[in-house]
Amino acid sequence: MSKRKAIVNTRACVACGCCMKVCPKNAITIPKGIHAEIDKERCVGCGKCAKECPASIITVEVAES
Amino acid sequence: MKQKKKWYDYLWIASLTYLILGFFNILFAWLGLLCFFIPLLIAVIKGNKAYCNKYCGRGQLFSLAGGRFGLSRKKDVPGWMKSPYFRYGFLIFFFTMFFQMLWNTYLVFAGTKNLGTAVTLLWTFRLPWHWAYHGTFFSDGVAQFAFGFYSVMLTSTVLGFVTMLLFKPRSWCVYCPMGTMTQLICKAKHKAASRKS
Repeated sequence: MSKRKAIVNTRACVACGCCMKVCPKNAITIPKGIHAEIDKERCVGCGKCAKECPASIITVEVAES
Repeated sequence: MKQKKKWYDYLWIASLTYLILGFFNILFAWLGLLCFFIPLLIAVIKGNKAYCNKYCGRGQLFSLAGGRFGLSRKKDVPGWMKSPYFRYGFLIFFFTMFFQMLWNTYLVFAGTKNLGTAVTLLWTFRLPWHWAYHGTFFSDGVAQFAFGFYSVMLTSTVLGFVTMLLFKPRSWCVYCPMGTMTQLICKAKHKAASRKS
C-alpha cells in the first residue's frame, strides 16, 4: 500500500465526478451527490484526480500512521 | 490501466449534435429540456449526481476539447469562482434570466408580443437567427420558447468554453447552475433522511 493518498476538501467539492472518471483504481465514489469520497485502501496516490479536478480541491498528501 | 468506455461516454456526440441542429431548425431546441429534467429527476429520486458524474455530454465535450485536443490552459480557477457566493449567486442569476425567458414566451403565447426570431447570447447580444425558423404547426410561443431555450444553451456553452480555455477543461462544472442545484437537492434529501433515522 502506498503512503501518498488523495484528500478531498469536501466542503468545496462540487461533486462533478471528473475525479471519478480518471481514477485508474476506481477508488473514488460520490455516493450522495454532495462530495467525492476516496477509498484509502484502493488509492495509490497517483494524483490524476487532483490534476483533473476543475475546482482544484484534491491534494495528494503523505498519510500519517 | 485505462477504464473501459461505456455507452454513456459517447453522450458528448448528442450534446454536439444538439448545438448543430439549432443552426438548422430552432425547434430542436426543445430537446434541451432533457438536460434539465433528467439531472433533476435523478437528484430527486435517487439522491445523487449521476447525471454530472456519468451522463453529462457537455462536460464530456469540454473535457475532450480541453484535454484531448489541448485547448485548455489547465490553470486553477480563481478562488471567487468556486466560492459558494458565486455558485449560488450564479444559480439565482441564471434562473432569473430563465424565468424572464419563460415570461417572454408566455407573452408570445398570449399574443401580446410578436415572435422574435433571434438568439440572445450572454443575455445581451441579439443574434439574427431567422434562417433556422421554418414555421411551426403550433402557436408562435412554441417557437419563441425554442429561441429562448437555445439562447440559454448557447450562452452557457460559450461561457463554459471560455472558462475551459482559461482554466481547467471542466471549469464550467464548478459554477454550472444544474450542478449546483442538483447538489443542493442531494444535500436537502440526505439531511432529511438522516433526521428521520
